[in-house]
Amino acid sequence: MEFLQPASWPEALAMKAAHPEALPIAGGTDVMVEINFDRQRPATIIDLTRVADLNAWGMERGFLRIGAGVTYTRIIDELGERLPGLAMASRTVGSPQIRNRGTVGGNLGSASPAGDAHPPLLASNALVELASTSGSRRVPVREFYIGPKRNAMRKDELIAAFLVEPGKGPQQFSKVGTRNAMVIAVCSFAIALDSERRQVGTGIGSAAPTPVTAGEAETFMKAVLDEGRLWERPAPVASSALARFGELVAAAARPIDDVRGTAAYRTHALAVLARRSFTWAWDEYRRTAPA
Amino acid sequence: MRVSCTVNGRRVTADDVWEGESLLYVLRERLGLPGSKNACEQGECGSCSVYLDGTLVCACLVLAGQAEDRDLVTVEGIGSAESLHPVQAAFVEAGAVQCGFCTPGLIVATHDLLRRVPQPTTVQIREALAGNICRCTGYAKIIDAVHLAAGRMGAS
Repeated sequence: MEFLQPASWPEALAMKAAHPEALPIAGGTDVMVEINFDRQRPATIIDLTRVADLNAWGMERGFLRIGAGVTYTRIIDELGERLPGLAMASRTVGSPQIRNRGTVGGNLGSASPAGDAHPPLLASNALVELASTSGSRRVPVREFYIGPKRNAMRKDELIAAFLVEPGKGPQQFSKVGTRNAMVIAVCSFAIALDSERRQVGTGIGSAAPTPVTAGEAETFMKAVLDEGRLWERPAPVASSALARFGELVAAAARPIDDVRGTAAYRTHALAVLARRSFTWAWDEYRRTAPA
Repeated sequence: MRVSCTVNGRRVTADDVWEGESLLYVLRERLGLPGSKNACEQGECGSCSVYLDGTLVCACLVLAGQAEDRDLVTVEGIGSAESLHPVQAAFVEAGAVQCGFCTPGLIVATHDLLRRVPQPTTVQIREALAGNICRCTGYAKIIDAVHLAAGRMGAS
Protein backbone atom coordinates (compact mmCIF):
# COMPACT_ATOMS: atom_id res chain seq x y z
CA MET A 1 0.00 0.00 0.00
CA GLU A 2 1.22 3.45 -0.88
CA PHE A 3 0.46 6.38 1.45
CA LEU A 4 0.41 9.83 -0.14
CA GLN A 5 0.09 12.98 1.93
CA PRO A 6 -0.30 16.11 -0.19
CA ALA A 7 0.37 19.40 1.59
CA SER A 8 -1.73 21.50 -0.77
CA TRP A 9 -4.81 21.23 -2.97
CA PRO A 10 -2.91 21.43 -6.30
CA GLU A 11 -0.62 18.67 -5.04
CA ALA A 12 -3.63 16.55 -4.03
CA LEU A 13 -5.20 16.94 -7.49
CA ALA A 14 -1.91 16.06 -9.19
CA MET A 15 -1.63 12.91 -7.04
CA LYS A 16 -5.21 11.89 -7.86
CA ALA A 17 -4.50 12.44 -11.58
CA ALA A 18 -1.40 10.25 -11.33
CA HIS A 19 -3.21 7.60 -9.24
CA PRO A 20 -6.84 7.57 -10.42
CA GLU A 21 -7.59 4.42 -8.38
CA ALA A 22 -6.29 5.96 -5.15
CA LEU A 23 -8.72 6.07 -2.24
CA PRO A 24 -8.97 9.48 -0.56
CA ILE A 25 -9.15 9.56 3.24
CA ALA A 26 -10.13 12.46 5.50
CA GLY A 27 -11.67 11.66 8.91
CA GLY A 28 -11.35 7.94 8.25
CA THR A 29 -14.72 7.05 9.76
CA ASP A 30 -15.70 5.08 6.64
CA VAL A 31 -12.33 4.29 5.04
CA MET A 32 -10.66 2.91 8.16
CA VAL A 33 -13.51 0.51 8.83
CA GLU A 34 -13.03 -0.87 5.32
CA ILE A 35 -9.29 -1.28 5.87
CA ASN A 36 -9.49 -2.61 9.44
CA PHE A 37 -11.89 -5.34 8.32
CA ASP A 38 -9.95 -6.04 5.14
CA ARG A 39 -12.96 -5.24 2.97
CA GLN A 40 -10.81 -2.98 0.83
CA ARG A 41 -7.08 -3.06 0.29
CA PRO A 42 -6.44 0.02 -1.83
CA ALA A 43 -3.10 0.16 -3.62
CA THR A 44 -2.84 3.86 -2.83
CA ILE A 45 -4.35 6.13 -0.19
CA ILE A 46 -4.32 9.92 -0.40
CA ASP A 47 -4.57 11.60 3.00
CA LEU A 48 -6.39 14.92 2.64
CA THR A 49 -6.07 16.05 6.27
CA ARG A 50 -3.04 18.28 5.50
CA VAL A 51 -4.83 20.24 2.77
CA ALA A 52 -5.78 23.44 4.61
CA ASP A 53 -8.15 24.64 1.84
CA LEU A 54 -10.50 21.74 2.58
CA ASN A 55 -11.00 22.91 6.17
CA ALA A 56 -12.21 26.40 5.29
CA TRP A 57 -15.69 27.76 4.66
CA GLY A 58 -17.00 31.15 3.58
CA MET A 59 -19.67 33.01 1.63
CA GLU A 60 -19.58 33.08 -2.14
CA ARG A 61 -22.31 34.94 -4.07
CA GLY A 62 -25.11 34.08 -1.70
CA PHE A 63 -23.92 30.52 -1.08
CA LEU A 64 -21.97 29.07 1.79
CA ARG A 65 -19.02 27.25 0.25
CA ILE A 66 -17.92 24.64 2.78
CA GLY A 67 -14.69 22.72 2.34
CA ALA A 68 -15.07 18.97 2.04
CA GLY A 69 -12.92 18.47 5.14
CA VAL A 70 -15.05 20.49 7.56
CA THR A 71 -16.14 18.11 10.32
CA TYR A 72 -19.66 17.54 11.62
CA THR A 73 -18.63 19.08 14.96
CA ARG A 74 -17.62 22.29 13.18
CA ILE A 75 -20.82 22.34 11.10
CA ILE A 76 -22.83 22.13 14.34
CA ASP A 77 -20.73 24.74 16.19
CA GLU A 78 -19.97 27.19 13.39
CA LEU A 79 -22.85 26.84 10.92
CA GLY A 80 -25.73 25.60 13.04
CA GLU A 81 -27.70 28.84 12.77
CA ARG A 82 -27.31 29.23 9.02
CA LEU A 83 -27.78 25.56 8.14
CA PRO A 84 -30.17 24.26 10.79
CA GLY A 85 -31.25 21.17 8.85
CA LEU A 86 -27.71 20.02 8.13
CA ALA A 87 -26.75 20.77 11.73
CA MET A 88 -29.64 18.65 13.03
CA ALA A 89 -28.54 15.79 10.81
CA SER A 90 -24.93 16.29 11.91
CA ARG A 91 -25.93 15.97 15.57
CA THR A 92 -27.29 12.49 14.82
CA VAL A 93 -24.01 11.30 13.29
CA GLY A 94 -22.24 8.70 15.43
CA SER A 95 -20.77 10.02 18.67
CA PRO A 96 -18.60 13.01 19.63
CA GLN A 97 -15.52 11.06 18.52
CA ILE A 98 -17.07 10.38 15.09
CA ARG A 99 -18.41 13.92 14.62
CA ASN A 100 -14.94 15.28 15.49
CA ARG A 101 -13.45 13.42 12.52
CA GLY A 102 -16.24 12.67 10.03
CA THR A 103 -16.86 15.13 7.19
CA VAL A 104 -19.66 15.92 4.77
CA GLY A 105 -17.09 15.45 2.00
CA GLY A 106 -16.65 11.89 3.18
CA ASN A 107 -20.40 11.31 3.27
CA LEU A 108 -20.57 12.50 -0.36
CA GLY A 109 -17.60 10.38 -1.38
CA SER A 110 -19.01 7.23 0.21
CA ALA A 111 -22.49 8.05 -1.17
CA SER A 112 -24.14 5.54 1.13
CA PRO A 113 -27.93 5.81 0.88
CA ALA A 114 -27.89 5.99 4.71
CA GLY A 115 -25.50 8.95 4.98
CA ASP A 116 -27.04 11.50 7.33
CA ALA A 117 -25.89 14.61 5.43
CA HIS A 118 -27.62 13.67 2.18
CA PRO A 119 -31.28 14.42 3.00
CA PRO A 120 -30.65 18.02 4.17
CA LEU A 121 -28.33 18.66 1.21
CA LEU A 122 -31.09 17.42 -1.14
CA ALA A 123 -33.76 19.49 0.62
CA SER A 124 -31.63 22.64 0.22
CA ASN A 125 -30.58 21.97 -3.38
CA ALA A 126 -26.89 21.94 -2.53
CA LEU A 127 -24.13 21.77 -5.13
CA VAL A 128 -21.07 19.51 -4.96
CA GLU A 129 -17.83 21.03 -6.22
CA LEU A 130 -15.60 18.44 -7.87
CA ALA A 131 -12.07 19.23 -9.01
CA SER A 132 -9.29 17.67 -11.05
CA THR A 133 -6.12 18.94 -12.67
CA SER A 134 -8.25 19.86 -15.69
CA GLY A 135 -10.57 22.16 -13.73
CA SER A 136 -13.57 22.11 -11.47
CA ARG A 137 -17.32 21.66 -11.89
CA ARG A 138 -20.34 22.02 -9.67
CA VAL A 139 -22.88 19.20 -9.74
CA PRO A 140 -26.36 19.65 -8.23
CA VAL A 141 -26.57 17.20 -5.35
CA ARG A 142 -29.89 16.06 -6.84
CA GLU A 143 -27.84 14.64 -9.75
CA PHE A 144 -24.87 13.49 -7.70
CA TYR A 145 -26.06 10.12 -6.38
CA ILE A 146 -26.28 7.60 -9.20
CA GLY A 147 -26.48 4.23 -7.43
CA PRO A 148 -25.86 2.44 -4.15
CA LYS A 149 -22.57 3.90 -2.88
CA ARG A 150 -21.95 5.37 -6.33
CA ASN A 151 -21.75 9.03 -7.25
CA ALA A 152 -21.12 11.19 -10.30
CA MET A 153 -17.39 11.63 -9.70
CA ARG A 154 -14.80 10.81 -12.32
CA LYS A 155 -11.78 8.77 -11.26
CA ASP A 156 -9.46 11.77 -11.50
CA GLU A 157 -11.64 14.02 -9.34
CA LEU A 158 -11.68 14.90 -5.68
CA ILE A 159 -14.48 16.61 -3.73
CA ALA A 160 -13.41 20.18 -3.03
CA ALA A 161 -16.48 21.55 -1.28
CA PHE A 162 -20.22 21.72 -1.21
CA LEU A 163 -22.27 24.85 -1.67
CA VAL A 164 -25.58 25.59 -0.07
CA GLU A 165 -27.59 28.72 0.54
CA PRO A 166 -28.03 29.74 4.17
CA GLY A 167 -31.49 28.59 5.24
CA LYS A 168 -34.25 30.85 3.95
CA GLY A 169 -36.80 29.43 6.31
CA PRO A 170 -37.28 26.68 8.88
CA GLN A 171 -35.58 23.34 8.31
CA GLN A 172 -36.00 19.98 10.01
CA PHE A 173 -34.38 16.57 9.99
CA SER A 174 -35.65 13.38 11.56
CA LYS A 175 -34.25 9.90 11.65
CA VAL A 176 -35.46 6.51 12.81
CA GLY A 177 -33.00 4.25 14.61
CA THR A 178 -32.74 1.91 17.54
CA ARG A 179 -30.89 4.42 19.76
CA ASN A 180 -30.52 8.18 19.93
CA ALA A 181 -26.79 7.90 19.28
CA MET A 182 -24.37 5.78 17.25
CA VAL A 183 -27.06 4.69 14.89
CA ILE A 184 -27.26 4.19 11.16
CA ALA A 185 -30.61 5.40 9.87
CA VAL A 186 -33.41 2.91 9.30
CA CYS A 187 -34.85 5.81 7.34
CA SER A 188 -34.55 9.57 7.56
CA PHE A 189 -36.21 12.68 6.20
CA ALA A 190 -35.23 16.32 5.79
CA ILE A 191 -37.35 19.32 4.92
CA ALA A 192 -36.33 22.88 4.03
CA LEU A 193 -38.87 25.66 3.65
CA ASP A 194 -37.74 28.49 1.37
CA SER A 195 -39.96 31.42 2.28
CA GLU A 196 -38.35 33.68 -0.36
CA ARG A 197 -38.98 31.39 -3.33
CA ARG A 198 -41.96 29.83 -1.56
CA GLN A 199 -40.71 26.33 -2.12
CA VAL A 200 -40.65 23.16 -0.10
CA GLY A 201 -37.52 20.99 -0.36
CA THR A 202 -37.32 17.36 0.74
CA GLY A 203 -34.73 14.64 1.12
CA ILE A 204 -35.12 10.97 2.01
CA GLY A 205 -32.36 8.78 3.41
CA SER A 206 -31.94 5.01 3.74
CA ALA A 207 -35.11 4.14 1.84
CA ALA A 208 -33.99 3.80 -1.79
CA PRO A 209 -30.82 2.73 -3.65
CA THR A 210 -29.64 6.34 -3.30
CA PRO A 211 -30.70 9.34 -1.24
CA VAL A 212 -33.72 10.77 -3.08
CA THR A 213 -36.09 13.71 -3.08
CA ALA A 214 -39.87 13.53 -3.02
CA GLY A 215 -40.66 15.77 -5.99
CA GLU A 216 -44.40 15.17 -6.07
CA ALA A 217 -44.67 15.85 -2.36
CA GLU A 218 -42.75 19.12 -2.84
CA THR A 219 -45.03 20.22 -5.68
CA PHE A 220 -48.15 19.21 -3.79
CA MET A 221 -47.27 21.09 -0.62
CA LYS A 222 -46.14 24.17 -2.56
CA ALA A 223 -49.58 24.23 -4.21
CA VAL A 224 -51.34 23.84 -0.84
CA LEU A 225 -49.39 26.75 0.61
CA ASP A 226 -49.77 28.94 -2.51
CA GLU A 227 -53.48 28.29 -3.02
CA GLY A 228 -54.29 28.91 0.64
CA ARG A 229 -52.12 32.08 0.59
CA LEU A 230 -50.57 30.53 3.69
CA TRP A 231 -47.12 32.09 3.22
CA GLU A 232 -48.76 35.53 3.68
CA ARG A 233 -51.28 34.50 6.33
CA PRO A 234 -49.69 31.56 8.09
CA ALA A 235 -52.36 29.21 9.39
CA PRO A 236 -52.23 25.52 10.18
CA VAL A 237 -52.19 23.21 7.16
CA ALA A 238 -55.25 20.95 6.93
CA SER A 239 -54.67 17.49 8.33
CA SER A 240 -55.85 15.95 5.06
CA ALA A 241 -53.08 17.83 3.22
CA LEU A 242 -50.52 16.76 5.80
CA ALA A 243 -51.57 13.14 5.40
CA ARG A 244 -51.34 13.41 1.60
CA PHE A 245 -47.88 14.97 1.90
CA GLY A 246 -46.76 12.01 4.02
CA GLU A 247 -48.19 9.55 1.50
CA LEU A 248 -46.40 11.26 -1.37
CA VAL A 249 -43.08 11.23 0.50
CA ALA A 250 -43.49 7.54 1.28
CA ALA A 251 -44.37 6.89 -2.37
CA ALA A 252 -41.12 8.51 -3.50
CA ALA A 253 -39.07 5.93 -1.60
CA ARG A 254 -38.06 2.54 -2.94
CA PRO A 255 -37.17 0.74 0.27
CA ILE A 256 -35.99 -2.82 0.71
CA ASP A 257 -36.14 -5.31 3.57
CA ASP A 258 -32.79 -5.52 5.33
CA VAL A 259 -31.32 -6.14 8.78
CA ARG A 260 -32.34 -2.69 10.01
CA GLY A 261 -35.97 -2.80 8.97
CA THR A 262 -38.53 -3.93 6.46
CA ALA A 263 -39.66 -2.03 3.40
CA ALA A 264 -43.18 -1.82 4.83
CA TYR A 265 -41.89 -0.34 8.08
CA ARG A 266 -39.77 2.22 6.24
CA THR A 267 -42.70 3.26 4.06
CA HIS A 268 -44.92 3.73 7.08
CA ALA A 269 -42.23 5.53 9.09
CA LEU A 270 -41.41 7.92 6.25
CA ALA A 271 -45.00 9.08 6.00
CA VAL A 272 -44.96 9.80 9.73
CA LEU A 273 -41.55 11.53 9.65
CA ALA A 274 -42.61 13.67 6.69
CA ARG A 275 -45.86 14.78 8.30
CA ARG A 276 -44.21 15.56 11.63
CA SER A 277 -41.16 17.27 10.13
CA PHE A 278 -43.28 19.50 7.93
CA THR A 279 -45.49 20.39 10.88
CA TRP A 280 -42.50 21.30 13.07
CA ALA A 281 -41.08 23.46 10.29
CA TRP A 282 -44.42 25.08 9.46
CA ASP A 283 -45.14 25.80 13.14
CA GLU A 284 -41.79 27.55 13.32
CA TYR A 285 -42.63 29.56 10.20
CA ARG A 286 -45.95 30.59 11.73
CA ARG A 287 -44.22 31.73 14.93
CA THR A 288 -41.47 33.65 13.16
CA ALA A 289 -43.00 34.89 9.89
CA PRO A 290 -43.29 38.67 9.61
CA ALA A 291 -46.90 39.64 10.32
CA MET B 1 7.00 3.54 6.72
CA ARG B 2 8.20 5.55 9.72
CA VAL B 3 5.78 7.54 11.85
CA SER B 4 6.96 10.19 14.30
CA CYS B 5 4.67 12.08 16.63
CA THR B 6 4.39 13.39 20.17
CA VAL B 7 2.65 11.06 22.62
CA ASN B 8 1.95 12.25 26.16
CA GLY B 9 4.55 14.98 25.76
CA ARG B 10 7.31 12.71 24.46
CA ARG B 11 8.58 12.66 20.91
CA VAL B 12 8.36 9.07 19.66
CA THR B 13 9.08 7.20 16.44
CA ALA B 14 7.68 3.93 15.17
CA ASP B 15 9.41 2.05 12.37
CA ASP B 16 8.19 -0.57 9.91
CA VAL B 17 4.62 0.70 10.17
CA TRP B 18 2.33 -0.76 7.50
CA GLU B 19 0.70 2.03 5.49
CA GLY B 20 -2.80 0.67 6.22
CA GLU B 21 -2.22 0.43 9.96
CA SER B 22 -4.38 2.31 12.46
CA LEU B 23 -3.02 4.72 15.04
CA LEU B 24 -4.43 2.35 17.66
CA TYR B 25 -2.19 -0.46 16.45
CA VAL B 26 0.82 1.84 16.45
CA LEU B 27 0.11 2.94 20.02
CA ARG B 28 -0.48 -0.54 21.41
CA GLU B 29 1.85 -2.76 19.41
CA ARG B 30 4.70 -0.47 18.40
CA LEU B 31 4.89 2.16 21.14
CA GLY B 32 4.03 -0.06 24.12
CA LEU B 33 1.00 1.93 25.21
CA PRO B 34 -1.76 -0.66 25.77
CA GLY B 35 -4.06 1.68 27.73
CA SER B 36 -6.12 2.45 24.64
CA LYS B 37 -8.16 -0.71 24.10
CA ASN B 38 -8.85 -2.51 20.85
CA ALA B 39 -12.40 -3.81 20.64
CA CYS B 40 -14.55 -2.97 17.66
CA GLU B 41 -12.09 -1.38 15.19
CA GLN B 42 -14.97 0.54 13.64
CA GLY B 43 -15.50 3.56 15.89
CA GLU B 44 -18.54 2.06 17.59
CA CYS B 45 -17.24 1.36 21.10
CA GLY B 46 -15.00 4.28 22.11
CA SER B 47 -12.51 2.03 23.92
CA CYS B 48 -9.63 3.54 21.96
CA SER B 49 -10.54 7.20 22.58
CA VAL B 50 -7.47 9.47 22.54
CA TYR B 51 -6.75 13.13 21.91
CA LEU B 52 -5.35 14.00 18.48
CA ASP B 53 -4.16 17.62 18.51
CA GLY B 54 -6.54 18.21 21.41
CA THR B 55 -9.56 16.63 19.70
CA LEU B 56 -11.24 13.49 21.04
CA VAL B 57 -11.05 10.76 18.39
CA CYS B 58 -11.16 6.98 18.02
CA ALA B 59 -7.57 5.88 17.44
CA CYS B 60 -8.81 2.90 15.40
CA LEU B 61 -10.15 5.30 12.74
CA VAL B 62 -6.95 7.33 12.37
CA LEU B 63 -4.58 6.03 9.72
CA ALA B 64 -1.06 5.79 11.14
CA GLY B 65 0.39 8.28 8.65
CA GLN B 66 -2.26 10.81 9.57
CA ALA B 67 -0.67 11.04 13.03
CA GLU B 68 2.71 12.12 11.62
CA ASP B 69 3.93 15.17 13.58
CA ARG B 70 0.67 15.35 15.48
CA ASP B 71 0.29 15.69 19.24
CA LEU B 72 -1.39 12.74 20.96
CA VAL B 73 -2.57 12.19 24.52
CA THR B 74 -3.63 8.71 25.59
CA VAL B 75 -5.09 7.55 28.90
CA GLU B 76 -1.48 6.97 30.05
CA GLY B 77 -0.96 10.72 29.76
CA ILE B 78 -3.98 11.67 31.83
CA GLY B 79 -2.92 10.14 35.13
CA SER B 80 -0.71 7.42 36.59
CA ALA B 81 -1.11 4.66 39.18
CA GLU B 82 0.75 6.83 41.68
CA SER B 83 -1.18 9.96 40.83
CA LEU B 84 -4.69 9.33 39.55
CA HIS B 85 -6.44 12.14 37.71
CA PRO B 86 -9.61 13.24 39.57
CA VAL B 87 -11.68 11.62 36.80
CA GLN B 88 -9.89 8.30 37.37
CA ALA B 89 -10.24 8.57 41.15
CA ALA B 90 -13.95 9.29 40.80
CA PHE B 91 -14.45 6.23 38.55
CA VAL B 92 -12.78 4.01 41.18
CA GLU B 93 -14.71 5.48 44.09
CA ALA B 94 -18.09 5.47 42.39
CA GLY B 95 -17.78 1.82 41.35
CA ALA B 96 -17.79 2.77 37.69
CA VAL B 97 -15.13 0.17 36.91
CA GLN B 98 -16.10 -3.47 36.64
CA CYS B 99 -14.20 -5.48 34.01
CA GLY B 100 -12.36 -2.26 33.17
CA PHE B 101 -12.04 -2.74 29.45
CA CYS B 102 -14.08 0.33 28.51
CA THR B 103 -12.64 2.45 31.32
CA PRO B 104 -9.64 4.01 29.53
CA GLY B 105 -11.85 5.29 26.72
CA LEU B 106 -14.42 6.57 29.18
CA ILE B 107 -11.70 8.36 31.18
CA VAL B 108 -10.46 10.19 28.09
CA ALA B 109 -13.99 11.00 26.89
CA THR B 110 -14.99 12.24 30.35
CA HIS B 111 -11.81 14.31 30.56
CA ASP B 112 -12.78 15.91 27.23
CA LEU B 113 -16.35 16.56 28.40
CA LEU B 114 -15.31 18.24 31.66
CA ARG B 115 -12.80 20.41 29.80
CA ARG B 116 -15.62 21.69 27.57
CA VAL B 117 -18.49 21.57 30.07
CA PRO B 118 -17.18 21.71 33.66
CA GLN B 119 -20.57 21.06 35.30
CA PRO B 120 -22.52 18.86 32.90
CA THR B 121 -26.10 17.77 33.37
CA THR B 122 -26.92 14.06 33.24
CA VAL B 123 -28.30 14.56 29.73
CA GLN B 124 -25.05 16.22 28.63
CA ILE B 125 -23.07 13.34 30.16
CA ARG B 126 -25.18 10.74 28.33
CA GLU B 127 -24.75 12.62 25.06
CA ALA B 128 -20.99 13.08 25.51
CA LEU B 129 -20.42 9.42 26.41
CA ALA B 130 -22.84 7.99 23.83
CA GLY B 131 -19.94 6.62 21.80
CA ASN B 132 -18.36 4.74 24.71
CA ILE B 133 -19.92 1.36 25.26
CA CYS B 134 -19.81 -0.49 28.60
CA ARG B 135 -21.27 -3.98 28.88
CA CYS B 136 -20.92 -4.34 32.67
CA THR B 137 -22.13 -1.36 34.62
CA GLY B 138 -25.40 -0.35 33.04
CA TYR B 139 -23.90 3.18 33.02
CA ALA B 140 -25.54 4.43 36.24
CA LYS B 141 -22.30 4.38 38.20
CA ILE B 142 -20.38 5.84 35.28
CA ILE B 143 -22.71 8.82 35.29
CA ASP B 144 -22.34 9.04 39.09
CA ALA B 145 -18.56 9.09 38.61
CA VAL B 146 -18.71 11.94 36.10
CA HIS B 147 -20.86 14.01 38.47
CA LEU B 148 -18.45 13.21 41.32
CA ALA B 149 -15.43 14.25 39.27
CA ALA B 150 -17.15 17.42 38.05
CA GLY B 151 -18.04 18.40 41.61
CA ARG B 152 -14.51 17.88 42.88
CA MET B 153 -12.77 19.51 39.94
CA GLY B 154 -15.11 22.49 40.17
CA ALA B 155 -14.47 22.82 43.90
CA SER B 156 -10.68 22.67 43.62
